[in-house]
Amino acid sequence: MSETVFAPWEDPNEKPLIRFQNVTKRFGDFVAIDDLTLDIYAQEFFALLGPSGCGKTTMMRMLAGFETVSDGRIELSGQDIGRVPPNKRAVNMMFQSYALFPHLSVWENIAFGLKRGSMPKEQIAARVDEMLKLTRLEKFAQRKPHQISGGQRQRVALARSLAKAPKLLLLDEPLGALDKKLRQDTQFELMDIQETTGTTFVIVTHDQEEAMTVASRVAVMDEGRIIQVATPAQIYEAPNSVYVADFIGDVNILTGTVKSAGDERYHVDWAVNQPPVLATSAKPFSDGQECHLAIRPEKILISPTKPEDAENAVQGKILDIAYLGNLSTYHVELPGGQIIKAQTANTRRISRRNFTWEDPVWISWSATAGVLLDQ
Amino acid sequence: MKRLSWFNVTSLTLGFAFLYLPMVLLIIYSFNASKLVTVWAGFSTKWYGTLFQNEAFLDAAWVTLKVAVISSTFATVLGTMAAYVLVRSGRFWGRTLFSGMIYAPLVMPEVITGLSLLLLFISIGLDRGVMTIVLAHTTFSMCFVSVVVSSRLISFDRSLEEAALDLGCSAFDAFRLVTLPIIAPAVISGWLLAFTLSLDDLVIASFVSGPSSTTLPIKIWSAVRLGVSPEINALSTIMIGIVTVGVITASLVSKRNSLRMQREEQAAERPA
Repeated sequence: MSETVFAPWEDPNEKPLIRFQNVTKRFGDFVAIDDLTLDIYAQEFFALLGPSGCGKTTMMRMLAGFETVSDGRIELSGQDIGRVPPNKRAVNMMFQSYALFPHLSVWENIAFGLKRGSMPKEQIAARVDEMLKLTRLEKFAQRKPHQISGGQRQRVALARSLAKAPKLLLLDEPLGALDKKLRQDTQFELMDIQETTGTTFVIVTHDQEEAMTVASRVAVMDEGRIIQVATPAQIYEAPNSVYVADFIGDVNILTGTVKSAGDERYHVDWAVNQPPVLATSAKPFSDGQECHLAIRPEKILISPTKPEDAENAVQGKILDIAYLGNLSTYHVELPGGQIIKAQTANTRRISRRNFTWEDPVWISWSATAGVLLDQ
Repeated sequence: MKRLSWFNVTSLTLGFAFLYLPMVLLIIYSFNASKLVTVWAGFSTKWYGTLFQNEAFLDAAWVTLKVAVISSTFATVLGTMAAYVLVRSGRFWGRTLFSGMIYAPLVMPEVITGLSLLLLFISIGLDRGVMTIVLAHTTFSMCFVSVVVSSRLISFDRSLEEAALDLGCSAFDAFRLVTLPIIAPAVISGWLLAFTLSLDDLVIASFVSGPSSTTLPIKIWSAVRLGVSPEINALSTIMIGIVTVGVITASLVSKRNSLRMQREEQAAERPA
């Protein structure tokens, strides 16, 4: 059984659906998007992730046609769409506030876009019913937006933006207004709908968990630039910079200088009174170069005695314990004052409390656990 | 229920007496049998009868109504357009000047507005009549409409218009199909305000009206100068009645709507 993995971005012959070419957007003196180049492929679920003000919303609004490009060009299926107004683009958007028309019923909201074209009446009705079924809203067709709940409103917004079968659907923080439980359910629903319809989705979010869950690829942005574009797993396991490592999930950063130990292995001298730690990196580093070693807390083991076979082990004492139910995070203070986070899964129901505050413990990790970064 | 203290009762009584005593007096004297306004001679409705026989008053009322309906409609269209441009188009060359100029008539003394309009009509050779009153009323009431509508547009969620554009509307369709229905209550209150202002206006109308076209306020004013007649009391009572019914109906309707909206929103959030 050989199943091809969906990864059009690795195929050099694949034509991208959207192509940003050296796009710059300025608002007066402020540069919102800075010389950005990016390809997004058909049927992708692409996430733009970053803190507020990083330019992700501006990118989306340029795709929708609400903002014009200052420099560079944006192509949709090979066509420059820089001068195409929003109502002439095969792109639809789901707004953060949902932007449902309050004076129209759910049915009329979904039919709104279809009625703008030359589609015959029966076809419009059939399409609206199809959308209502897809989003499980049949019962609410005749209600007004204020007569349904927040979760239902979100689904109406989705149905309305999908009704015209756009080439590209833009979702601006689509789940921001829902509470956590509903948000998680809706994430999977979104993925199902994306798969069923085969539409290309571009989602803007500041919630890294959401981006990781739904997206086929994630672009991490900061100050108008894309820092890294990769699959969620690559972003998490192989971030290309301290910024990305720190933005996605929790991370320990050890800063120091490298010394080659041969065979893609390096010693990192990171503290005055500690032995250097061992790390591997496919990317070459020169001796004496400054580096940052990023290690995820769950890749650090915590034990009462020094583990015999560990490649890296440091002693410290427990400063804080955060119990999250499924996980516990220990903050371990090293003799130099540095704090390292180590995470363990609470696999047993009533865990034997091995460690408590002020306990001296050993933390250890393998040479391959961390990522060596130069910036 | 909190009980009212004697202080509150006194201020309430004084306030209401100050506001409504003159009108109450006017209503009472409209039912006076005597021709002398200040002498009570028993209850009668005869002045209402003679009022409806008085051609001059009826003509003036008809002119006033016509002028009010036409001018407030024009003012609403123009005022809404101006408000839309001012709120929506952000910065353009001369925006501050434009927005300042649109609100200037609000503070301009009516005498000056009336005089300048009169000069304009004379210089372009327009005969004074219903047409000139309509033009004058449109001019001064459109800025009031513009204030009412723009305050609604400022709180209007812009993404609704963007959604309409995104779904294939032209800018005009987005306004017609989405913006206008949503801001309709503000547009209607703008229209009502313009209508009331036009009904009320004495100063500007007296500058620009011709001999053939007298509005009711002018008619009343000139009649009163010859002496207050009980007919005028009757006419004023009718006007007070119409306004009262209008205001009470409007507030009842809006209160009922907002209550229903609240109930439905609560019902929607409750799990089925």
